[in-house]
Amino acid sequence: MEAALQTIWFFLWGLLWAIFFMTSGFDLGIGSLLPFLGKSDMDKRVMINSIGPLWDGNEVWLITAGGVTFAAFPAVYAFMFSSLYTPLLLILFALIFRGVSFEFRGKVESETWKKAWDVTIFVSSVLPAILFGVAFANIFQGLPFDQNGYQGNLIYLLNPYGLLGGVLFLMLFLVHGALWLTIRASGDLLGRADSAANKLWFGLTGVAVLFLGATYVYTPIYDNYVSSPVLFVVPLITVAALFGTKFLLIKKDYLKAWISSAATIVSATFFCIIGLFPNLFPSNINNVYSLTAYNSSASQLTLTIMLVVVLIFIPLVIGYQFWAYFIFSGKVTEEDLAEEGAY
Amino acid sequence: MDVVFLSRLQFAAATMFHFLFVPLTLGLSVMVAYMETKYVRTGDKTYLSMTKFWGKLFLINFALGVVTGITLEFQFGTNWSRYSAYVGDIFGSILAIEATTSFFLESVLIGVWIFGWKKLSPKAHATVMWLVALAGTGSAIWILLANGWMQHPVGYVLRNGRAELDSFLAVITNKFGILEFFHTVSAAYVLSAFFVMGVSAYHLLKKQNVEFFHRSFKIALIFGLVSSLFVAIIGDTHGVHVSEVQPAKLAAMESHWETTTRAPIHLFAIPDEENERNLIEIGSIPGLLSLLGFHDINAEVTGLRDIPKDERPPVLITFISFRVMVGLGTLFILLTLYGFFKRKRLLESPNYLRVMLFAIPLPYIAIELGWVLAEVGRQPWIVYGLMRTSDAVSPIAGSQVLFSLIGFVLVYGLLGAIGFYLIFTNAKKGPMELEEDA
Ligand code: HDD
Ligand code: HEM
Ligand code: HEM
Repeated sequence: MEAALQTIWFFLWGLLWAIFFMTSGFDLGIGSLLPFLGKSDMDKRVMINSIGPLWDGNEVWLITAGGVTFAAFPAVYAFMFSSLYTPLLLILFALIFRGVSFEFRGKVESETWKKAWDVTIFVSSVLPAILFGVAFANIFQGLPFDQNGYQGNLIYLLNPYGLLGGVLFLMLFLVHGALWLTIRASGDLLGRADSAANKLWFGLTGVAVLFLGATYVYTPIYDNYVSSPVLFVVPLITVAALFGTKFLLIKKDYLKAWISSAATIVSATFFCIIGLFPNLFPSNINNVYSLTAYNSSASQLTLTIMLVVVLIFIPLVIGYQFWAYFIFSGKVTEEDLAEEGAY
Repeated sequence: MDVVFLSRLQFAAATMFHFLFVPLTLGLSVMVAYMETKYVRTGDKTYLSMTKFWGKLFLINFALGVVTGITLEFQFGTNWSRYSAYVGDIFGSILAIEATTSFFLESVLIGVWIFGWKKLSPKAHATVMWLVALAGTGSAIWILLANGWMQHPVGYVLRNGRAELDSFLAVITNKFGILEFFHTVSAAYVLSAFFVMGVSAYHLLKKQNVEFFHRSFKIALIFGLVSSLFVAIIGDTHGVHVSEVQPAKLAAMESHWETTTRAPIHLFAIPDEENERNLIEIGSIPGLLSLLGFHDINAEVTGLRDIPKDERPPVLITFISFRVMVGLGTLFILLTLYGFFKRKRLLESPNYLRVMLFAIPLPYIAIELGWVLAEVGRQPWIVYGLMRTSDAVSPIAGSQVLFSLIGFVLVYGLLGAIGFYLIFTNAKKGPMELEEDA
């Protein structure tokens, strides 16, 4: 009973991160593409307003993933976030700047003002995209800690595999963002987004192949797959979704291409999460120190109560968030940009 | 430098900064929703431009509330990891419930509200704002239940070397948290009311958009009057509960050294912590502390000397915060009462309007000091009677915390300055220019 609850929570934990990458992924991607695709101020405003109504709700998946780590695996929350202190704070500072930059950018009529916030949006989107990748790749390969605590630092995390993870995340988000823009932009900007998505896709595919190889070399992720080969369907879904994205993009079926890219991100996350199981925060010094779903969870009562809460509220959240996406999935029009609160 | 000290400084800076924006979000969302509903009901365009004008100020403030909140969610793990591991079973679940039930609703719907003017019917659009306000209140309930649990832990057992949940019901019906909730939310309404009155007073003094700001002022006045009374009444009830469960905080609030019955309150005193006495005591009213603390003039009140030295909070800070908060609270009641009798002749009372303009910062001071009282007065405990703050800190290097603390001060200082600048300029602009903008 207890072990079943812990297992369920492990995968719910993975699911929350996966949804966070899927939703915030495209708004981080658009922020990273801002200087490259936004030729005029009008383009930039279309790009920012294409995520305007949605980015805040997307970011709550991060807060929830953090909160659920705290509730379901308190020891992991405590140890992971204090060990990854500097990268985490860098991410948070970036997200702080990002959040206000959308709101503040249009509030003063001045070129310098807008330029400053454009740079802020770019930096504060690229940085978290890479750092999330670096952090997760390092978790997949394990971190240096034993009974005396964590031994690494920020520089340690920037090892080749960690950096590759950072690049992979960035590429995933860039493609995802460019695709979102193809749904919401029109005219020249749409053309540029389309061609960016097409080109970036090749980059992404290249990095993904490298990453899969490096994962074999540097991490024990494949062990679970070797012991139960049926699990290989998950990475197969990832590959299918990745190629599906390209196929749909060529057909200019943008919405479906974006959905396919979302499926790529979710299944890629699950590929890694399944390989990680039952570890949440593995030690690469000795596996006995690793924090797992079984040795670091909350009490059975808390897990049960939280499960009830999550089963009621997460579907509800998905429902109204879906509604919000539905309302704001059309082209961004002049009229939208003239709105009182538009960015 | 000392990790505990630096971490406390950092946490205090981060929460206090977050709480510069949260109260206005809580109160203004309700007022904006009310204005929009009035517009939908009456079709009166003035209410629409009121909704848009105050809504714009609301949104600038909201953005800062959101971004400063995100860091808090993670700081328990980054800086208080021993605490998190020890109480996460209970405390962590409340935070996670807050995120799933409230943050989502608020953050998703705020986007719909900002961008949905033409996409939703007016009625649906107004409903969205009510839901935003509801979600904000919901997040206040949960976070204050979490804080209430740290102030007065209930419903737990010590097992497996940590505090584990024993009764969820006890945790969510914790009287401490519930009183904190009502007191904090009404304080937030006071702050928002004074904000709206102050900005309106500025324009009324300049005789700009008189009808618009007169109406805004009157709405805020009623809101402020009721909330000012409420905040004092709940504050008093809250005080009684503090006396029961946190005797050391009560004694520090009043700088009360000897255990006595019929304990007095000193209108003015200077605590001398070294020598465990007050240097000066002026205007002592016998029995008042017993009366306020326990609603019984003869009740015995424990003095600080009977509390072990290492379980006493810093007296001076606690004492001053409490005085100033209560003093300001009394002033707010007087100011709103006076305004209530003058409400039809506001334009003829420029002095009152001037006072209200300069009163804008006062509720901010009161609300921050209230928290200083609650949190500093809880020391040396992070969870009252259960875990010490010094045992709660993460095993990380002081230099890391020093570095991040400097980062916080710089980043928050910069963003705070920009944020308040934008609020000021937009508040000064007034609604007419705002419409030309669009
Ligand atoms: C506009 C702000 C404001 C005003 C006018 C008042 N308060 Fe307050 N007070 C707060 C804002 C606040 C607060 C910031 O919201 C606190 C911090 C913790 C809490 O629950 O509320 C608080 C805490 C607080 C506490 C400590 C509770 C604890 O330790 O957790 C007491 C005993 C009072 N208040 C009592 C009063 C009384 C008797 C008032 C009479 C006028 C009063 N407050 C006015
Ligand atoms: C938003 C209003 C709040 C303000 C302005 C505030 C202010 C403060 C201050 C001044 C301190 C430092 C006390 C000291 O170290 O002497 C502190 C500490 C702390 N507070 Fe709060 N607080 C607020 C709300 C909360 C809430 C809601 C929680 C919990 C959910 C909380 C949890 C803590 C923790 C964990 C510490 C660090 C340990 C400590 O020093 O006591 N605070 N806060
Ligand atoms: C009395 C204390 C507090 C109250 C009443 C309060 C309430 C609020 C409100 C109304 C917001 C504004 C906007 C929004 O939800 O997006 C907010 C944001 C936030 N607060 Fe606080 N807060 C308090 C203290 C804290 C503390 C101590 C934490 C740390 C756990 C915290 C975490 C957050 C987070 C993560 C956000 C951003 C949520 C988002 O993006 O939607 N808050 N809070």
